[in-house]
Order: sequence, then C-alpha cells, then structure tokens
Amino acid sequence: MTQKPALIVIREQDNVATATRDIRSGEVIALSVGEKCLQLVARQDIRFLHKIALRDIAAGERIFKYGAVIGEATQSISAGEHVHVHNIRSLWGRTSG
Amino acid sequence: MQLSGYRRPDGRVGFRNHVLILPTVACANGVVAAICKRVPEAVTLPIDSGCGMLKEDQLVFARALTNLAGNPNVAAVLCVGLGCEAFKPEQARAAIERFGKPVKAVTMHNAGGYAATVAKGAQMAQELIAGAARVRREPVDIRDLVLGLNCGASDPASGLTANQALGAAVDLLVDAGGSAIIGETTECVGAEHEMATNAASPDVAQRILDTVHRFEGHVKMYGADLSTGEPNQGNMEAGLSTLEEKSLGCIRKIGSRPIVDVIEYADIPSKKGPMLMDSPSYDAPSVTGIVAGGAQVVVFTTGLGTPFGMSIVPVIKVMSNTPAFKRMEDTADLNAGTILDGEETIDETGRRLFDLVLHVANGRATKAEELGENQCQIWRTTLTL
Repeated sequence: MTQKPALIVIREQDNVATATRDIRSGEVIALSVGEKCLQLVARQDIRFLHKIALRDIAAGERIFKYGAVIGEATQSISAGEHVHVHNIRSLWGRTSG
Repeated sequence: MQLSGYRRPDGRVGFRNHVLILPTVACANGVVAAICKRVPEAVTLPIDSGCGMLKEDQLVFARALTNLAGNPNVAAVLCVGLGCEAFKPEQARAAIERFGKPVKAVTMHNAGGYAATVAKGAQMAQELIAGAARVRREPVDIRDLVLGLNCGASDPASGLTANQALGAAVDLLVDAGGSAIIGETTECVGAEHEMATNAASPDVAQRILDTVHRFEGHVKMYGADLSTGEPNQGNMEAGLSTLEEKSLGCIRKIGSRPIVDVIEYADIPSKKGPMLMDSPSYDAPSVTGIVAGGAQVVVFTTGLGTPFGMSIVPVIKVMSNTPAFKRMEDTADLNAGTILDGEETIDETGRRLFDLVLHVANGRATKAEELGENQCQIWRTTLTL
C-alpha cells in the first residue's frame, strides 16, 4: 500500500465506510471492497473519521460496520451521504433485554 | 523467536523477576515507600484500600491482592501491613504461599513501630532480593504467555487501527498456543451478541451475555443508563454514532479466535486462549484485575495517549493515529496510525506488535517501565464504610 486511501471499509458486508481524511462534497473517491473496485461521489463534506454511506440505504435498514450492526437508519440515506446521529440510531435496548 | 522467562514453582512463567513489597492496606503505603528507598531493587504497588469494606469487596480485595503477588513476574513477596486491616499481612502471606514462591510478612503493630518496621522490612526485602537474583532466565514456550488487553483514552481511530492490530497480534499468539485476557465489561455493552457469536461453546456464549447484562443491571441500580451517555459528546463529535459502534471498536482487541472462557475479576484462568474477565473500563482497576489473573505482558491501546504503567508488568502502549503518537511519543511504544496513513495493513501492524510483545517478554523495557509509571487499583463495587 503506497497511496493513502480516503476511506476504510472494514468488511465486505459493511454499508458504511470511515474517512481517513477530510473529504469535500463532490469528491470522487475510488475504493476497493474485497475484490471489487467501487467509485463513490461524496454528497456532503465528510470529516476525518466520520462515516459515509457506500450505497443507498432505506429507512429502517440496518447499518453495518465491522461486519456487525451498529444501528438502524432513521431515514433513507443515499450513497455518498454523511452517516451519523442525524440519520441513524442505536438498536441497543430495542432488540434485547 | 525463542522466548526466555523465569519458571516459577507453580508452573507458570514470569518475564520479569521482581521482588514485590506489597502493602496490605493504604496505611502501610508510607512505610513501604521508606523500605523501597533502602532497597531500590524492589518494587511496590500503591494500595488505596484494605479497610472499611463490605464482605463482597473484602473477598475481591483479598483475591486480587493474593493473585497480584502470585503473578509470575513476581519472584518473591514481602507483605507489609498495619495490623488491624481486613486482610492482614500474615493472612496474605498464608494465601500467597500456595504459589510456592518466597513470601514474608511484617506488621507495624507487632514490629515495634514505624522505624522498626522499616528496618525489619528492609532486611527481609534484602534477603528476598538475594534469593531472586539466583533465579535465571531459561527457554520457555509461547504457550506460557498470557497477554493482557486494555484500552483507554480512546478515539474513533482506535477501533480501526490499534484495536484491530492488537486483535491480529492476539490471533497470532492464540494460534501459537498462548492466551489473552480482555477486560472492560463496560466496553462490551452493545457488542455482547457479536462477542457471544465468537464463543467456543454455548455455555461461554451465555456467560458472556450474563456478565454484560449483570454489569448493566448494576449501572441501573444507581438509576443510570449507559445508552444515554454512550457514546459521549467527544466520541460523537469525533464521528462515533452509537453505543454499538463504540463497543464493537473496543472488542476488536480480542481478535477473531473462539473465546474459551469468562472469568471473575482478578481470578486466575484455568484455560488457554482468548478470555473475557469481568472488569470495569477504568484503566487502573481493569489492568489490576488482568495482572492479578496472571498476565505477564499488557498491551494498552490508546487514541489520545496515556502514561499508564504498573510496576510488576511491562505495559506496551499502542497509539491509534499518527498526530497523537507524535504528541505523546515519549509514553508510547508503537504507532498503529500507519494503517490510516496507508503505510501498513492491519496484519502488518499486528505482526509488528506481536514481535514487539515477544521482545518485551524477553526483557526489552517499555516506555512505562522506563518512566517508572505505577498505577494499581483494586475494583470496589460497593460502599466505603
């Protein structure tokens, strides 16, 4: 690895990636997920270590990072959008206990 | 790499050869410091309790104190107390004897006062030092290595770099037959189901869930709710969105191999492999429990940086991002920020960390050891009386 990738995708089933630097709205980002090479256009500014949607996500759909569920979408999210507390929420306490 | 260590009478292996002067109550910290001044080769652990405890905490305190002394990095022990505490030096000595290592005890109330205790203690410590000097390093098996895992002052990069690299290093260790203890039950909340799917058996899976839920119940007893406070404001500003996301980043440390057991705080494991110890997420009591459990080397991942160390165990600090590493380089041993920088893969950093663990086990000093950092706190879950 020589060139610093702008996004880190941890597992193939993840639908969000993490920014390794500040990303500008409109930036075209090439990234590899497993064997696949994808191109993603950032629809918003994404700050260092914040998350971006890798594909369109429907309201109520689960959000995967680390190959595990980190919450659910509270509204529909388009590929390239910022994913954070404004459009996802924790499922903790809702599905167990 | 061939490992070398100190074989102890109980069959375990140490990677340091310390003589520990152990206060059995906070009242003895001063007299122990005076003894250590006369015997600088010895080490101590600060004890902030030992009295005014309910039965539940007394039992944990006695177990933790005994098993800290039992840690195989400790060659010999001198217990120093006041005489009216819950777990007296003679009781501690009797409990520590089961490890088969040399252990002595001195009590202020019986020794004839402060100066007499210092004089007597220093003489006993000198004898123990002389005995410990005769124990030599010998070739040992990596299967004897128990690695303690902890994180503190975390940031969102921790789960992407340092904790993942540590997980990769733990996989290498476990595949070679070694063990790892992860603590910090608090940091498993929200990720307990993910962790349970990695359990070696349905029984272990259930005990992972039970341990995490017991902790949640304890928090609720005080009318608090972890889900409203986690992730905290700083975590959120940095990019963490949910409790699950934060906890899932924390549990990367344990790696991907099946979790073989769940053990109580400060208990010594009977199995080999990755294990969960029920402990709080606060650094000092968490690492204290893990070291009482017998970990001879600790890897501590951190985003912001911390000087954390403990006298009887080398603590390797791994930082999650390069800017923070540069700021806190004199406290840290390895930078995993290289993963974010695109300079290394997780597996490459994990391999580098694994090699560092072996070097440290073989005697290379960590930053915390060079600084003489020494934190210790035995977990208390009830009231101080």
